[in-house]
Amino acid sequence: MKIAVCVKQIPDPAAPYELDPDTHFVVRPEDQVLDDTDRYGVEIGLRLAEDAGDSTVTLVSMSPAGNLQGIRQALAMGADRAVVVDDTTLRGADALLTATVLAAALKREEPDLVIAGTESTDGSSGVVPQQLAELLAMPSLTFARAVTLDGDAVRIQRQTQAGYDDVAAALPALLTVTSGVVEPRYPTFKGIMDAKRKPIDTVSCSDLGIEPTVGQEIRSVEPVPARQSGEIVEDDGEGHLRILALLEQVKVI
Amino acid sequence: MTTWIFSEEHDGQADAAALEALTRARDWGDTVAFHVGPGSDEAFAALGAHGAAKVYHLDVGDALPGPVAAAALADLAGAEAPDLILFGAGRTGRDVAGRLSARLGRGVICNALDVDPTGSEVLVTNEILGGTTRVVTAVTGGAPVLVALRPKAFSAEPAGDASPEVVPVAVPDTGHAGSATVEERHVIPSEGPDLEAADVVVAGGRGLGDAERFGIIGELAGLLGGAVGATRAVVDAGWVPYALQVGQTGKTVKPSVYLACGISGAMQHLVGMKDSSTIIAVNKDPDAPIFGVADLGVVGDVHTVIPALIEALRARG
Repeated sequence: MKIAVCVKQIPDPAAPYELDPDTHFVVRPEDQVLDDTDRYGVEIGLRLAEDAGDSTVTLVSMSPAGNLQGIRQALAMGADRAVVVDDTTLRGADALLTATVLAAALKREEPDLVIAGTESTDGSSGVVPQQLAELLAMPSLTFARAVTLDGDAVRIQRQTQAGYDDVAAALPALLTVTSGVVEPRYPTFKGIMDAKRKPIDTVSCSDLGIEPTVGQEIRSVEPVPARQSGEIVEDDGEGHLRILALLEQVKVI
Repeated sequence: MTTWIFSEEHDGQADAAALEALTRARDWGDTVAFHVGPGSDEAFAALGAHGAAKVYHLDVGDALPGPVAAAALADLAGAEAPDLILFGAGRTGRDVAGRLSARLGRGVICNALDVDPTGSEVLVTNEILGGTTRVVTAVTGGAPVLVALRPKAFSAEPAGDASPEVVPVAVPDTGHAGSATVEERHVIPSEGPDLEAADVVVAGGRGLGDAERFGIIGELAGLLGGAVGATRAVVDAGWVPYALQVGQTGKTVKPSVYLACGISGAMQHLVGMKDSSTIIAVNKDPDAPIFGVADLGVVGDVHTVIPALIEALRARG
């Protein structure tokens, strides 16, 4: 079985993000990390491949390649190879352009199953997987908290407002996974060493036959007045009394 | 100027996101709801009361709605050319918005705080980078403009006629893409006051450790007459149901007091609670971003501070 997992390299979320004052694009450092929410997709992809046997797991990503550190993190977990679409004309891409690019890259792979996170940590539009499924004419089983493969069918538990639904579809299909679906493995030393030799194909928009267009333009960027930060105290055994006093002051007790 | 609003039914009710969007959109001109679900009279009446003169109703049965609803919407929008189509941030809203966007070849702006279609171009306002930066984006390339709104971007207020014209929509054939079906629905019951209406919210994050130890959040909320909230990580881990999720893809809350326990304060969480009147945070990491929005921050172990607080509240009787 051919499994493709969509992954994204993002600037380290712990470091402050900056916008380029002229282009309003996020400044992307050379060192980027694997979006933490993608580790779950990679893990479930690897497990399904291990269970099915005779399977491959291919990573597909659209990102400024940089030093590919984030992609190598996912390869170190055990994925077989990666396809990275890197093209300067994709700077400022919106969700639909991203999905269009990923769909073109995925079509060449002819996957049976496409796995993605529910939303990226930095962009968090949360619609790329659904756009991708539409472009690939696949069913999209979204917000999975559990996944099983059953012959030619995939079955998930889908998070809902009330609880969860059991949802099933025949392959080929796309699914999005929440971070409760499975506990991601940590790369082993051998995995990290192997990842350095695993193939990464870097392709451009012209390789994929895409002319990037984006139907939106930023008109203004302004800082939001910050909420005034209050008092921070170290708990010396009486931290709870400070909370109690404030609850009394605002009259909720 | 015509605005269409996507609506889905939960337990016989129209979803809050649709009513919020209708309230805003009815000031701009005509509003039409596109409602997915069994189609209760109560849901139709609520849509009408919030401004929908017409409701297109699609019952997808046991199909997962995304592809089917998007195909039906695309057909209707092609024939009737609305200027703007608004979606909520719920799971089905996002499924349909994404599918429709790809089908029409039109972008969709997500997590919007406001939309202004009254000028020469449609302007959409977002807050990015954890709510520190406000961005106004113009949508170019013609109608329909697709926008997915953040929860509580507007408040829902009924006005006027409660009996809209209801027009049934046939289920389009979407082939393999629309073939995902719901085999069984499971309800996880939740207790206590409604999260969105509660005056006090006690919320917990991964810092609580595990589902069992998360129990102190419910205990504290009970003592304060408040509701339990949680971060996406806690919901994803299955400790509590999705209905309790606070943040960008969950609920937006504005209680008098928000007590954040073991929550680091990821930007997706902050946008769902930063407008609370008083924010109290307990976290062992002094650099946690949650302290940046807290009126009172206690740097310490939640498993020490919260039990002590519970004991002190009990002692008061």
